[in-house]
Amino acid sequence: MRTDIIEIRWHGRGGQGAITAAKIVANGAFASGFKGVVMAPTFGTERRGAPVFVSLKISKNKIYDLSPITAPDMVVVLDHTLLDEVDVIAGLKENGLVILNAPKPLSEYSFGGAKIAVSDVTKHAVEAGLPPGIVNSGIIGAFSQATGLVNIDVMVTAIENEFTGKRPEMNSKAAKIVFENTAVGGYI
Amino acid sequence: MHIIESGNVAAATGVKLSRAQVIAAYPITPQTPLTEKLSEFVESEEFDAQYIPVESEHSAMAVCIAASTAGARAFTATSANGLLYMSEQLHWAVGARLPLVMCVANRGIGAPWTVWNDQQDTMSQRDAGWIQIYANDHQQIIDSVIKAFLLAQTVSIPVMVCYDGYILSHTYMPFEQPDQDQVDSFLPPFAPKNFLDPENPGNFNPVTLPDVRPGVDGEIEPGYIEIRHNLHEDLRTTLDTYAAIDKEFEEQFGRGGNPLIEQYKCVDADFVAVCIGSLSYQLRDVIDLMRDDGVKIGVMSVQMYRPFPDEVIVAALADKKCAIVLEKALSYGNQGALYGDIKSALYNSDTKPHVHNYILGLGGREIKTQHLLDALTESCKSPETIGDTPRWIGLKL
Repeated sequence: MRTDIIEIRWHGRGGQGAITAAKIVANGAFASGFKGVVMAPTFGTERRGAPVFVSLKISKNKIYDLSPITAPDMVVVLDHTLLDEVDVIAGLKENGLVILNAPKPLSEYSFGGAKIAVSDVTKHAVEAGLPPGIVNSGIIGAFSQATGLVNIDVMVTAIENEFTGKRPEMNSKAAKIVFENTAVGGYI
Repeated sequence: MHIIESGNVAAATGVKLSRAQVIAAYPITPQTPLTEKLSEFVESEEFDAQYIPVESEHSAMAVCIAASTAGARAFTATSANGLLYMSEQLHWAVGARLPLVMCVANRGIGAPWTVWNDQQDTMSQRDAGWIQIYANDHQQIIDSVIKAFLLAQTVSIPVMVCYDGYILSHTYMPFEQPDQDQVDSFLPPFAPKNFLDPENPGNFNPVTLPDVRPGVDGEIEPGYIEIRHNLHEDLRTTLDTYAAIDKEFEEQFGRGGNPLIEQYKCVDADFVAVCIGSLSYQLRDVIDLMRDDGVKIGVMSVQMYRPFPDEVIVAALADKKCAIVLEKALSYGNQGALYGDIKSALYNSDTKPHVHNYILGLGGREIKTQHLLDALTESCKSPETIGDTPRWIGLKL
């Protein structure tokens, strides 16, 4: 299969903004030269609070296969309580990466040898001035730090464009604080 | 300017750029975000149109018929059972020769209920007389909507722009959004010669008799069969008209060139997969895999399904070993409708390929790349022995 496509699966809860987060990363990636960007939410069954996932594929070339991701290169988890409900690493490729919003330190987590990045996004978002529970802007800072795929400055612009009229500076500040406070482990 | 948005937003943006004047629609999954976006555009005054909320799809089409009869550019959108609920009005709009444009986010038909994608809804309306254009990605959605308005008013026949529900309607990808100035110079305002005008009273669509008869001015007026014959003849010339409109669009916007069919790696191919919509793009990766193994195969999508571009399709397929038709719809009790159309078109050809038929993806059943690879490989290995009965992909019995 094509090896030029990076597949990123986002896990969140309905209403938590996983789609918006993936859309912001899609915009940041596109602005960074990834001309192929495809983002597909869970189709048809979103409910507030229920686990949802979003597929984001990025490539330097146009992407033709829009089917959901089954073997992600990386997964992003917006809510650590999902770990008890969802097998977030299902299908994760060897040398995969897990980016996690969680209150505990990196050493507390293990995902079958995958590289792990952890930040307490929930806490840092409040530090940025956002109401408790808004994590979909902050998590992008962790994504930028852990993957290096899209520069944090590009992400900040993408965040402020998306949140026009909805606390753009606080949202981008959350991402910047998280970017500086993301612990990235190695392969185990 | 490039934006990253959903297919529904691509459609809504095309409608706004085309300066539709009246929109009447009833929400139905997966079309809903398209109508929501249009009502947002109208509410924020960035789009000068009348948005008329209605209590049903039948009324939506009735409002569009009335608006178009009064000389306004009208638009609606629907899916699945909503399309079927307006079916009686669909036939009326064609017979009345009204240049409506409608988007259909393709969805399976209940019962049993499904909100997910297949193409049974629009395929079931193929004989209504509407022009049917299918898009493979978001760029084709927005571009097709703009071209559809010009086509509809050029030939006085309504146009459906169809795209796969969820797979395209709810997926986000980048697409180029044309400038308003460019669209304005491509698409002149709708200015019909005859329209409902209190200053100039006239009859619209009165009862016809089986035979011709003199009109109010004493001239012989066509009867029903003449009117329907003319519709058919005009649909046949629509193929060339649309090709010309597409060429004009390509000259101005730099995109297009595949108005009737789109081909990928078909020129030197022995085998060609044929389908409609986004599946043709998913198949490109499968074609590449098989090419790596030395199989000379390509994929072709039918972009305009009605009128049917039979000559172009015969020219593309006649010298191949095998055409493999994959469909998200079925003429129940017979075979895939596209399969039947393609075989019929090839009947008078001196050379003709074997033709196979696969049914897949009904009600949103996931279409797995491996299944596509297995099916195409099987067809390429035994082109002579696979019979006329449709084969089902991904069935779990």
